[in-house]
Amino acid sequence: MERIAVVGVGQTNYERSKEDTFEDMVFEAATKAISDAGGEIGDIDNIVTVSNDFWDGRTISSMAIQDAAGSWGKDISTVEGDGTFGALYGMMRILSGSFDTTLVVSHIKGSEGVMNLITNAMFDPIYQRSLGIDATSSAALQARSYMEMSGAREEDFALVSVKNHGNAFNNPYAQLPMKISLGDVMASRKISEPLKLLDCSPISDGAAAIILANERGIKRFKKAPAWIQGVGHCADSFNLGYRDLARSRALKGASLKAYQMAGIADPLREIDVMELYDAYSYMELMWYEGLGLAPEGKGASLIRAGVTAMDGELPVNPSGGVLSSHPVLVAGLARLIEATLQVRGEAGRRQINGAKKALAHGINGPCGQAHCVFIISV
Amino acid sequence: MTDWKDDVKNIVCPGRIKVPYTWSVGETGSRFFVALRDNQEIWGIKCRACGKVYVYPVKTCPECFIQTEEWVKVEDTGTLESFTIVHYSHSMHPFKAPLVYGLVKLDGADGALLHLIGNVKAEQLKTGMRVKAVFAEERKGSIMDIKCFAPA
Amino acid sequence: MGKRTAIVGFGQTFQKSARKDVNGVELINEAVTTALADAGLSIRDIDAIVIGNMDHFEGVNYVDMWSAEGSGAVMKPVMKVTTGGTTGSTVATCAYYHVASGMVDKVLAIGWEKNSESDTTGAIITAFNPIWERPNIGGAIAGLALEASVYMANYGITERDGARVTVRERLHALNNPYAHLHQDWMKGKPINKLVDLTVSSEQNKMLASPLRMSDMCPRTDGAAAVVFASEDVAEKIAPIPAWVHATANRHNYVFIGDVDMEQNTTLASASKKVFEKARIKEPLKEIDVCELYLPYSYAGLKWIEDIGFCGYGEGPKLLWDGVTDMDGELPINPSGGVMSSNPIGATGLIRVGEAALQIMGRAGDRQVKKDVNFALTTGFGGCFWADVMLLGKEKPL
Repeated sequence: MERIAVVGVGQTNYERSKEDTFEDMVFEAATKAISDAGGEIGDIDNIVTVSNDFWDGRTISSMAIQDAAGSWGKDISTVEGDGTFGALYGMMRILSGSFDTTLVVSHIKGSEGVMNLITNAMFDPIYQRSLGIDATSSAALQARSYMEMSGAREEDFALVSVKNHGNAFNNPYAQLPMKISLGDVMASRKISEPLKLLDCSPISDGAAAIILANERGIKRFKKAPAWIQGVGHCADSFNLGYRDLARSRALKGASLKAYQMAGIADPLREIDVMELYDAYSYMELMWYEGLGLAPEGKGASLIRAGVTAMDGELPVNPSGGVLSSHPVLVAGLARLIEATLQVRGEAGRRQINGAKKALAHGINGPCGQAHCVFIISV
Repeated sequence: MTDWKDDVKNIVCPGRIKVPYTWSVGETGSRFFVALRDNQEIWGIKCRACGKVYVYPVKTCPECFIQTEEWVKVEDTGTLESFTIVHYSHSMHPFKAPLVYGLVKLDGADGALLHLIGNVKAEQLKTGMRVKAVFAEERKGSIMDIKCFAPA
Repeated sequence: MGKRTAIVGFGQTFQKSARKDVNGVELINEAVTTALADAGLSIRDIDAIVIGNMDHFEGVNYVDMWSAEGSGAVMKPVMKVTTGGTTGSTVATCAYYHVASGMVDKVLAIGWEKNSESDTTGAIITAFNPIWERPNIGGAIAGLALEASVYMANYGITERDGARVTVRERLHALNNPYAHLHQDWMKGKPINKLVDLTVSSEQNKMLASPLRMSDMCPRTDGAAAVVFASEDVAEKIAPIPAWVHATANRHNYVFIGDVDMEQNTTLASASKKVFEKARIKEPLKEIDVCELYLPYSYAGLKWIEDIGFCGYGEGPKLLWDGVTDMDGELPINPSGGVMSSNPIGATGLIRVGEAALQIMGRAGDRQVKKDVNFALTTGFGGCFWADVMLLGKEKPL
């Protein structure tokens, strides 16, 4: 299989409420990516946009931004799912032999809608929706399941929040850099027990874009390529009551595929840095386990030992993660962008020294139903 | 002299998507709801291959990917597998916070049903506790025909 | 280079105005099990799933997640793609690229819609920009009415010309047990008489001039699934796989006010790209059958000009000369087309599946009699967006 690289990246700042329109944000992210790559719009062979009709309040949400994404006269498609899924599709379109380069761009304005109603709409209209369940209350059910299985406590979840909000100070794009203590998290307002305010990610606006290219395509650009070594994508079942919420078998499936493709046997040792989708604090601990970094139920021990801190053996979320900025859908693409910046050595104050191989992770659906994992290196 | 355009404050255009829906419950789901409405009974459906009993019922077993056929009445009592106390309110909630969601594994079912937990104090809530269905007085053939699950 | 990819199976539900006996997930499952049976595969053989519909028609967010148990996506990669009316063709294209990439061998493409569950126009209006167009636009029909008006003014096209397309689609549908509209009263009547009856009927109300009810497509509940397989396995699965020779799309426009109403430029350029890739020089001669996404009658006259089957203004001649009927040189929509059945998220995918059946020689009563080497499919939606896919009997070079 031919090699595919990320050759350009661009992100807007992530903010609680932007005055920019969807088009403004997409244009900003796309042009930043093209400029980062050192090319121009003519170098882009085809486009994959990533957006969601409910979040945008528009059926055919892609229609709003086709022109801002540079679609004129080009093949274009739209994935409605996490940005990492869009990146995977963009990669496939190149591998098919039809194109040498793909621009993948995603946008969201969480501020323009009502998150609880939008995520309530992902539940079954007949059996679940009228209960009022949403992303946060369902995540809380998962958090408790995980606590029951693992013995992890709210204090362990809080450590994730402290780490990630602290890391965000080094990320100029991040929305919520915060110097907080474990006590601050524990004392924060109860949202849906056991989740408190500082266990939850914020509402965010923003856009992000990447340019993918094969060996032929990278020649159009000036930036050194960061090669995708492995990718895996997998979904669990939907009905919460019939899923093992405490264990993420879909992440296990996705990561095993990615590791196999990349020839990785010991991720904890062989990968230098990871960007994971921590929509809620407890999720990061669950994802450690799904990724095989810690045995089942032992995710908390990793963070307690400082393994995933900035100066630890395997820093996780030097960008501040999703807890610090949660532009839904965009956040997965942002993880891939952060991973790319790390291996390029371009991550500024959040750079992990000597990082050459990174992992990026995105999720979709209630309680992290589906997962996509990328491994990237120079 | 300032240009009038520089002083323009950005406008926000409010709106709402008001599309009414009439979701087809389907034959399988309709049987489930009619049993709730008319008999205050909870029925599940069983897969002949793996033997799993599904509540709410599904027409195809997700594990075996074959049609389910056998209807099985399950108990109205069960075990609380997980719960959360919600402290915020939005328009889809059936009533104002605090409210409690739970995953209830009914006796006879092989997985849990998502529903409200009621008539309970916060301190009482524990995973593993026994709960029992409380049916609504006015039942219309919907998931809300079960009002909530309460401590058994 | 990628893998050559073929269609090896197709399944669809019987399309009806309302399927109250099943919920959305169950409808999807029906199409999936039918497609798998058609291909002689089990769900375990499928490596990945692609699914699409138009969100606001069913009001379910993250449909790929919600339907996982019914689509067979549990513990597989599953992706949702959605682009309005073109969703079905977008799904087909996405599944094609999945297989062509070489990353997976067998992919299930699913398109579905339960239009009975919502107010179609109310949902479609939300496609348009809420600030600039939504307050003024009249749903899907507005743009089409504008195009028809321009076309009629430019070339002297008449109501009878439009009705000739409707009559063809509905006559073809009589051979298709899966189609939504079966107008049995049309059986056995001469075409001219049917056109007269359509145009003169008082019940045939004007919707948005010049478009009357007979010019429009229905809204339908239905699901379809197509199995795409790589060259490494396709010939072991299907005796005659339908190979994907080329695909291209253009979604140029964002505002309906910007659309060129005189020429369907997106369809023209996407078709041109496909013909170039497949080295088709004379489309009318070299293409054997078409399943074109014609959401309204005049498209059946005009868009065949945009594709390049004939010159501008010559569409009606092709229709009236019988070129596009079942025994003509270029049969169009043997299935009855979108005007006979329109489960929106599935519609574009059904075009691809029906074209595949024609190549495989398995279209039953709606099989064209001539030898089918190339079948062209199109998708339409959004703001005059166009998707084009060419299928062929021979493995591409």
